[in-house]
Amino acid sequence: MSTLLTCDSLSMRFGGLVALNQLSLAVSAGEILGLIGPNGSGKTTFFNVITGIYQASEGRVDYLGHDLARMRAQDIYRAGVTRTFQRSRLCLPLSIFDNLMIGNHRRLNHSLWFNLVRRSAFRAQFEEQYAQALALVRTFSQSLAERLFEAAGSVNMIDRRRIEICRALISQPTLLLLDEPSAGMTHEETRELMDDILIVREHMPGLAIIIIEHEMNVIERITERCIVLNYGQKICEGPYAQVAADRQVQEAYLGTE
Amino acid sequence: MAGVTVFAVLFLHAESQEEVMGLTLGAAAALLLLARFGWNALAAVSFAGHSRTGQAAVLIGVLIIAAVFYDQHFPLLMLASVLLYIVVCLGLNLQFGYAGVLNFAGAAFFGVGCYTAAVLTSHTSLPHLAVVLIGGLMAAGIGSLLILPVLRTHGHYAALVTIAFSILFRVFLEVNDTLGGPQGMKVQGMEILGWKLNDSLAFGEIEISFYANYVVLALVMAAVAFMLVRRLERSWIGLNLDAVRLDETACAAFGIDVARWKITAFTLGNFLTGLAGSVYAMMTGFVAPNSFTFGDSLILVSIVILGGLGNPWGLSVAAAIVLMLPEKLQFIQEYRLLLYAALVILILLFRPGGLMPRQVRSYLPGWKP
Ligand SMILES: Nc1ncnc2c1ncn2[C@@H]1O[C@H](COP(=O)(O)OP(=O)(O)OP(=O)(O)O)[C@@H](O)[C@H]1O
Ligand SMILES: [Mg+2]
Repeated sequence: MSTLLTCDSLSMRFGGLVALNQLSLAVSAGEILGLIGPNGSGKTTFFNVITGIYQASEGRVDYLGHDLARMRAQDIYRAGVTRTFQRSRLCLPLSIFDNLMIGNHRRLNHSLWFNLVRRSAFRAQFEEQYAQALALVRTFSQSLAERLFEAAGSVNMIDRRRIEICRALISQPTLLLLDEPSAGMTHEETRELMDDILIVREHMPGLAIIIIEHEMNVIERITERCIVLNYGQKICEGPYAQVAADRQVQEAYLGTE
Repeated sequence: MAGVTVFAVLFLHAESQEEVMGLTLGAAAALLLLARFGWNALAAVSFAGHSRTGQAAVLIGVLIIAAVFYDQHFPLLMLASVLLYIVVCLGLNLQFGYAGVLNFAGAAFFGVGCYTAAVLTSHTSLPHLAVVLIGGLMAAGIGSLLILPVLRTHGHYAALVTIAFSILFRVFLEVNDTLGGPQGMKVQGMEILGWKLNDSLAFGEIEISFYANYVVLALVMAAVAFMLVRRLERSWIGLNLDAVRLDETACAAFGIDVARWKITAFTLGNFLTGLAGSVYAMMTGFVAPNSFTFGDSLILVSIVILGGLGNPWGLSVAAAIVLMLPEKLQFIQEYRLLLYAALVILILLFRPGGLMPRQVRSYLPGWKP
């Protein structure tokens, strides 16, 4: 498969703290890459840097000819990179459907004329998007799909995670970044969630996923390759079995569990 | 609806302080009872569902009230003022209720509209429809001078910028002799395509107060502004504004241009405010710096909060209450700022959504999944 994303000596410093240290890695189209490492090792920071939330201190992130390290967050999204947040960031007073449409921003028409005056065209777009949102949420949960016009704050934590993942998927991105999607879920719920993500992925050929996860059996089951971070540095890379057997990784991370 | 209309008529009619007090307490009790049985929410839902019939009923209600007082200046002036203030509050609601941009200079932007009308009607012979439009554009334009600091500074600092502007504006008016200084300026009555709004109509014996003209004009303006804001809310743009208010980081991650939507809401809101101001000036025939104080801006913000942030129906009701009550109950006049402050604090404590909290967005009236 062709290369989708290449990071070249990417660093992120907060004052004296080096959160990412000369990180280089590559992701192929269609791949699922696991990103693991102890708390504070820079995993979330890596996501924040490539989605434009933080400005990298140095280095390049090549993505389909763009340098993400020099782009604004909103342009990175338009180029097809979406994410979930480690700590849920839904707009709780808004409906579930509203939250999904926030994620669908790049596929909606935002002109004043279209929204205020051409209401029948607006209706057509609304109905089309509603059908797609419904189909997507159904893959994850039928009961959630029936509640699309209730406030996102009215559903439980697990459903909120599902909504957040749907929000990141609905615009049909090319690269999806999942930051601990299963936090707070039981093993069974986690397994279900991962299966659902894999089902959706079948309809999106070429979608690459980078997943941060502390649950090692998730990593083992769904990733083809993992990268281990420690103090912002890459200490190991390869299929899970190989990484898990690495002595350095065991000392830094796995051994502590 | 009929009940509300009858009440409004009685209220405007009431002469003695006791009568007004009684009516007010009666209404408050009725509202409390409704709230107690959850009918409050029901009313809000039914409004949302049958918006066409609801809107028609309200229009007819206002016209009935106007008809009852056809020959009295004061109640009609009151009614037209409330309608124009609703336009202003709809604008503030776009800014604060949706986009989360707190604007403490509402009265100043209203004043920009008023003074634009005063200057243009006395020094030029522009058609008055153009004057009103320019009043709106001036407010929007002067607002855009503030937009950079509003965007650059976050949260409460943005509010401080508007407070500073509000105070500056008043001082500027007071020291500026070409604008009449503290004495203010006279403003010509309005004339649209030969329709002289300051002439009273007479049908044989019956003479109708000229303010009836302004009631009709203000009603049209309020209805159009109302429709505009409702449509905006029920669109992707309304969603963008809400997202900007609730989570700027999430906005950035999903391509929502925070600056663009804040500017849109701020400019559109000031435009509506300026429009209403220029009509108001021509209606009252007189403008002076005293009417555009920071305190007046606070009252406008409190109307939006009392009504329920983001709820056009709620703010319309709140505008009527907040403007009419002190006119009728003189003893409130002196304490009105204090009273509203207390009310706003109480509401924020016990009913953060306002008197009529907003429902989740429905994009198409009557649409069911
Ligand atoms: N905005 C910030 N300002 C200062 N320091 C930060 C900032 N964001 C992250 N850091 C620091 O960078 C380091 C890496 O944090 P990061 O959140 O990337 O870790 P992580 O690998 O995601 O950890 P966890 O598994 O706990 O989520 C930490 O020491 C953190 O305190
Ligand atoms: Mg993290």
